[in-house]
Order: sequence, then structure tokens, then C-alpha cells
Amino acid sequence: MHSFSITTAADVDDAVRLHATEHGLAFIAGGTDLVGLMKDRASRPAQLLDINRLPGMSGIVLLADGGVRIGALARMSEVAAHPEIRRRMPVVAEGLLFAASGQLRNMASMGGNILQRTRCSYFRDGDGPPCNKRVPGSGCSARHGINRHHAIFGWSEGCVATHPSDVAVALVALDAVVHVRGRDGERAIPFADFHRLPGEASAADTVLGPGDLVVAIEVPARAEASASHYLKLRDRQSYEFALVSVAAGVVIEGGRIRSARLAMGGVAHKPWRLPAAETNLEGVELTDVKALENAIAADFADARPLSDNGFKVELGKRAVLRAVQVAGSRA
Amino acid sequence: MTSLNRREFLGTSGMATGALAAGSSLQAAPRIAVAETVSVHFVVNREARSMLVEPRATLLDTLREDLGLTGTKKGCDRGECGACTVHVEGLRVLSCMTLTAMQDGKHITTIEGIETATGLHPVQAAFIDHDGFQCGFCTSGQIMSAIAVLAEAAEGWPSAATSDVTRPFTTADLSPSEIRERMSGNLCRCACYPNIVDAVLAVSREG
Repeated sequence: MHSFSITTAADVDDAVRLHATEHGLAFIAGGTDLVGLMKDRASRPAQLLDINRLPGMSGIVLLADGGVRIGALARMSEVAAHPEIRRRMPVVAEGLLFAASGQLRNMASMGGNILQRTRCSYFRDGDGPPCNKRVPGSGCSARHGINRHHAIFGWSEGCVATHPSDVAVALVALDAVVHVRGRDGERAIPFADFHRLPGEASAADTVLGPGDLVVAIEVPARAEASASHYLKLRDRQSYEFALVSVAAGVVIEGGRIRSARLAMGGVAHKPWRLPAAETNLEGVELTDVKALENAIAADFADARPLSDNGFKVELGKRAVLRAVQVAGSRA
Repeated sequence: MTSLNRREFLGTSGMATGALAAGSSLQAAPRIAVAETVSVHFVVNREARSMLVEPRATLLDTLREDLGLTGTKKGCDRGECGACTVHVEGLRVLSCMTLTAMQDGKHITTIEGIETATGLHPVQAAFIDHDGFQCGFCTSGQIMSAIAVLAEAAEGWPSAATSDVTRPFTTADLSPSEIRERMSGNLCRCACYPNIVDAVLAVSREG
């Protein structure tokens, strides 16, 4: 690893001030992503600010209305094991349990999880070929390179990377909100607006800027959360990133879907909502496979697969169907 | 001549090589900038330690290179193989992916610290009884992970192999598939997986 200095801050405001003013300063919590990026020379911060002891950023608070506020420093394993999160929103617990390994889940923070960088191997190799995310303006090696794991939705000529977080897929499906402390105080960012599409400039994964620190993630009470499921399909059965994944939550009334929440992972630069399928599924009988398939297909009309990942379109449709069926069985 | 074990021999001959190199033209090589050091106080295997480390030192390198605790192994050094698994505050973590500078005040346990007053830890004994290793390189990480897997199950933690996460989980629910899933962060290239699962299962049944 390159040489860097490490420091701490007295409180959140102090951390925000340092991040806004110090050149090349990066926050570190669990370190499971950043340490790997530094070892591979894909990230070279001059200074790290250890946020692990900042007050007011840990813990899980159950809200009276059925929602949950999760501190940014809460560890993945702690959130996944929490009995009320498992009961109120199993898709969140499953999204965490299907990610990484037991050791990594004990280390990785919730804030760091949603901020983790793409697994695109052209990005992760600091000595590797061009990557606009790592070196803006250098080009995208994956666009016409090895892109089996890459995006089918929302990509640009400059970047076809996918976002690797599992729990982020569950959080966007449930309309979670990211609480961010910045130079102008605290603001709440709807989860769907937190990550961005690559467009013309793919260096930034999120809308955060200098001085911004994620302090908490709030998951509101939603009727679809209790009958929910996270389905993850990958090359290995365990300890692997998703080829495609689905977070599904449904409300069932008289055997029919009254409302549905759907999002996918492994298919875009951000957790990908399926708004057309959600609308189309309303009123569909849970046992009518043909009608479910037709309702789900709508969002896939926008799919633009790359040279190596055409399989993700059909795999994605089938994964959504299965996730809806399992979620429905839990109603 | 006093007898040397393998590690002491390697250490001694390494020093001799270093001394030779110092007298050669390598001395003229450009100096690498020396980073500032950070003071860290922590407890390793029930022993208080105070040391100065570079900010970039990983816990794995500190344990092995500075504290001589070489039972913890460096496999991939990228958080993929689990050979470097240790316990921090009772939780299993990957020592290759965490910085020593962030461990101030922590209690750390390595494979060297799990033996009990009466001998081997039950998980160590089970790995021997069930032939849970061949070359042994991954074994310390496997054992540290397995001890934590049993503790996590006792705490009621579910896993990705748990069919219904909304229900309470108990140690009695630790099936072979549960153990395979929970141990998936530890790779064994000798492929001793079936015997490792048997060993962990046996300890869980002994309660």
C-alpha cells in the first residue's frame, strides 16, 4: 500500500469540516472495500479519517410507526441478526446475509456498504487498462471488453459498471432514506436518488460531495416489507457477487397482488427499480404465472445487453418472477 | 550448537542476508519516505501491548511481523480466502483487511490464544478427530471462523441458508448446509470441506 496518514475527529461536524477542507481525505469505517482498493492501487487517499468512534452514528432504533433507523456505523451482521428487522423487513436481513462472508459482515458498516465501489475488474486494477471511473477521460475498457458481469440498464458509452451492494437493492425497494450530514447541516436523500447513473461522467457513484458523511439510513414502514424476499443468483452459491438479484415485497389480498415493490441488483450503475412491473402486477393473481410474467416483462423492454451479458435479460425476468412468488408465499 | 526450529532458522538466515545486502550497492538505492507512526494500545491473547505502527500496517502484518504470532496466515491478502481470520472484541474478522491503527483499545484473539487450561480448544480437537485438514495452511483461519460460527448460532444469528429468517435461530438448527454457508468465507484448496463441516457439526452437537 502507498503511504498515508490516519486521523480521527472529535464529532460528526468536525469530520465533515475536515473532509470538506483537507485534500485527498477519505473516511474509513469497516475498511473492507477501501483497504482492498488501496492494496490494488485503485484508490490512493493521502489521509484517512477513522470515523468508527464518532458519536451518534451507531445503533438501530425501532420507530413507533414500524420503520427502522439504522446508524451508518451499524455493522452488517448486527443489522441482519436484529430480530425486529428480520420480522418487519426480511428482505433487508436477507439482502445482508446473502452478501460477503461472516467475517466481512462483522467488519463492514451499513454506510460503507451502500458506498462500496463497483466490482468491475478494469476499475479495481489500479495498474490496469483505461477506466473512466478510476481515471476520468481515459475510456471504458469494459464497454467492448469482458463485460459478462456488467450493466444491461442505464449504462453509457463511458461506463457499463454495476453497483455491487445487495442490501441497497432491498433499501431502494422499500423507499429508504439516506441521512447525510454536510457543510450545510443534515439532509435526507431518497434512496432512489442517492446513487447516480454514469452518463457523461462516471467517476462519482453517488450524489455526495466534499464534506458529506452518511450518518443513518431510515427504512419507513411499508406494508410490502413484511412479505418480502431477496433472491440472489450468482456463479457460486455463496460468497460471491450477484449476476442478477431481486428485492421483492408484496401485499396480497384475496390471492391477488394489491401492491408490489421491486428492485434489481447486478444490472445497472445503481439499484434498479422496476416501476412498470410494480404497476402491472396490481390485481394479478399470485398463482397466474402467465399474467405475472407479462406484468414483469414491461421493464425489460429497456434492456440493452452488452456483448457478454445477454443472458441477464431472461435470467432477470425469471428471477423477478421467483422473488415475487416467494414474497407472496410469505403474506 | 543449539537446535533451531524452522522459523528461527529462516529468521536467522534472513538477517544474515540483510546484513550482506547492507554492505552492497543496494545501500545506494533511493530512500523510501518514512511515514509517521501511530501509537496503538491493545490486548492480544490476554496480553496488553503498546506499539508504534505505520498507518498502512494491516492487523495481519502487525500480528505476524511485529508480534511474531505467525499462526495467523496470509493467503490472498485481499479478504477472499479467510486464512487471516482472528477475533476482535469476540467477533471474527479478516486481519488482512483492517488497519492496526484502528485497533486501539481492542481485545484481539488469534489461534495462539484459544487453547484452554486443559489443552486444545474443542474445535481444535474436533478438526484433528475429523481429519479437517491436509496441508494445514488454512486451518488456523478455519478454526477461528468455526469458533465464531458456533457463538453466532448460539446468539441466534440466521444465515443465507436459513429458510425463514423471521423465526428465532438456535444451535440445534445448525445443519450441514447451514455450516457450509457460514464457513464459506474460508477457502481450503486441499478441499477438506466435508471433514471441516463434520468437525463443526460435532462440536455443535456436543453443546
